[in-house]
Amino acid sequence: MLRFAVRRLLGAIAVLFAISVLVFLIFNVVPATNPAARIAGKNATPQLIKNVEKEWGFDKSLPEQYWTQMKLIFTGKATSYSLAHINIDKRILEGIPQTASLCIGAAIIWLAFGIFFGYISAIRAGGFIDRFVTVIALIGISMPVFWLASIFLYYLTYKIELFPASGYEPLSNPVEWAKHLILPWVCLAVLFAGFYSRVLRSSMLDVMNEDYVRTARAKGLSQRRVMLRHVLRNSLIPIVTLFGLDFGVLIGGGAIVTESLFQIEGVGYFVAEALNQQDFPSIMAVTIFGAFFIVLFNTIVDIAYAYLDPRIRLGTSAA
Amino acid sequence: MSATPETAPAPSGAGAGPLLAVENLRVGFATEDGRVQAVDGVNFELEPGEVLAIVGESGSGKSVTAQTIIGLTRSPNSHIEGSVRLSGDELTTKSERELQKVRGSKIAMIFQDPMTSLNPVYTVGKQIVEAIRAHDSSIGRSSAREQAVELLGAVGIPDAERRVNDYPHEFSGGMRQRAMIAMGLALEPSVLIADEPTTALDVTIQAQILHLIQDLNRSRGLATILITHDLGVVAEVADRVLVMYGGKVVEQGTLDDIFYDPQHPYTWGLLGSLTRLDQPRPHRLPQISGAPPSLLNLPKGCAFRPRCPHEFGKCKEVPGLDPRLPEDPNHRDRCWLEPEQKRKLREIEGRIGLEEPT
Ligand SMILES: Nc1ncnc2c1ncn2[C@@H]1O[C@H](COP(=O)(O)OP(=O)(O)OP(=O)(O)O)[C@@H](O)[C@H]1O
Ligand code: SF4
Ligand SMILES: [Mg+2]
Repeated sequence: MLRFAVRRLLGAIAVLFAISVLVFLIFNVVPATNPAARIAGKNATPQLIKNVEKEWGFDKSLPEQYWTQMKLIFTGKATSYSLAHINIDKRILEGIPQTASLCIGAAIIWLAFGIFFGYISAIRAGGFIDRFVTVIALIGISMPVFWLASIFLYYLTYKIELFPASGYEPLSNPVEWAKHLILPWVCLAVLFAGFYSRVLRSSMLDVMNEDYVRTARAKGLSQRRVMLRHVLRNSLIPIVTLFGLDFGVLIGGGAIVTESLFQIEGVGYFVAEALNQQDFPSIMAVTIFGAFFIVLFNTIVDIAYAYLDPRIRLGTSAA
Repeated sequence: MSATPETAPAPSGAGAGPLLAVENLRVGFATEDGRVQAVDGVNFELEPGEVLAIVGESGSGKSVTAQTIIGLTRSPNSHIEGSVRLSGDELTTKSERELQKVRGSKIAMIFQDPMTSLNPVYTVGKQIVEAIRAHDSSIGRSSAREQAVELLGAVGIPDAERRVNDYPHEFSGGMRQRAMIAMGLALEPSVLIADEPTTALDVTIQAQILHLIQDLNRSRGLATILITHDLGVVAEVADRVLVMYGGKVVEQGTLDDIFYDPQHPYTWGLLGSLTRLDQPRPHRLPQISGAPPSLLNLPKGCAFRPRCPHEFGKCKEVPGLDPRLPEDPNHRDRCWLEPEQKRKLREIEGRIGLEEPT
């Protein structure tokens, strides 16, 4: 198991390296205009542009450029000129608690609801409850986040002042923290909950036809036990895959709309700012940061897989 | 302490009736294309220590018959009629919850494909423990585990103490089927239903599994229903045989009846396609020509008519499953031919078989 985990981690590092090269090439080689001028921002003096050119290594060969830029980003020395000269890495790090609070809370909600609804609609497949849940899930999936957020903001923070309108309170004050996050959590979770319930439902319907489920029934297990221990347990694998990807994307700054609308100044909020200003160093840093989380959670998924499915575990450790 | 339970429940308990009696069992499924009558009027009785074989081509309703006995075919789209009695106790009208008490504990079932019949994510031991504890939760985990080890040893798994912690994919096919049998035996059932238990296995392993089933049948008086499409398997272990075709029993009798005095042309065809090693030149006659009938659209009259080379006028009427040999009321078949005609027609190249249609 340990060897398996180490191998997966080494793989993840290789993938990250490849992604950083790719990001570097996309941002530096493809654009035709002077990259230093773009980094320096709109009203840059020629002197600033010169400095940027030197700082980001545009006067050197491509491999050296890559090295210089990665060094800037990974040592926390990259500055955003368009965004009030902030330190990019510092800004990202400051955003992590906000983003993590948002994503972890939302993930708990969407997993709980997704699995619950998926489960009850699978065990009642074709019946009234299943159809009802299906409609709810489809509504959830098709509701745009910005629309839902606007409705929430209008009715629940403005019309009835049930929740604070926006912002983020640190976890040191848990009540305020939760109060500020409930609406964003729900907004972010609705789509995923709907989607996960559909995926789980179809996965469970597949597993129900497996021979080992028939065996489980033939040995006299209760219907409930068959469903939980054999059907649900074996249906969770696709859910884990999805979750690794989705959660990685969100933690890596993917919750752009939710964070922007609720003024949660996390990583996603920063992404929105950077995109707005077309601030290329920030976008590059955030892309690599996001890729890091996506790869990280994929690796965690792989390891979770091995836990969920012993065939994988033994298959690789034997190799 | 010991894992071998001392209690030996008298199998046929109350009353003098048979251990298992299936009467006029009919199972239909509503499908998109119409109603499929998968099982149409099956009758048989089973006594302790007996092996009843059910044979027939694919789709003839063998598995549905077997699964219906323990209520596994119950579903919104199925329609079940007739009666299944275990020691006089009617099973078809039992609630799902009551049936769960019968499944595994009184009637155990093992399936064709041992590769897919065990859950890949739990160890073999855990799955046996689960079966034991499903019926008696007062048995602790560790004593259930000890019992699992003994059961695995009893069905011939070497080093059971260690292998009990293996996952199914660490077992070979034969070992998995042994594990399935061990799981089936865990609660000392009185009936074992084995649905093509050897079909997915290598020939040498097939023989081992069959002998295991036979042993258990003899040593424990385990009444066994053995489903197969392999008459070679039947010849080795069965006491009585049920030949199914298109959801109906077309012939039933003792092993000798079926092998030495078969009455139905379909049975002749099955026997003919068997490679007989006891003859100077091992050879087999051609398979029965044509395809098994569609259950959605069974031929009128005798269901075997389109494939039967001996068909004649009367065959347009449905033949009943009747005793047609005056000397043997328990040997029944569904063919209109006269017994003397049958004896003549079934002789091909010096053995029993079905001639090819001209
Ligand atoms: N749940 C179901 N819904 C609809 N039709 C079914 C269902 N289960 C079985 N059948 C049909 O019933 C018929 C008999 O199936 P069964 O599995 O009993 O055949 P079998 O004799 O066991 O064949 P095999 O040798 O292939 O296992 C088949 O035509 C099958 O398609
Ligand atoms: S009843 Fe007729 S068609 Fe059917 S098996 Fe006998 S001879 Fe053939
Ligand atoms: Mg079958």
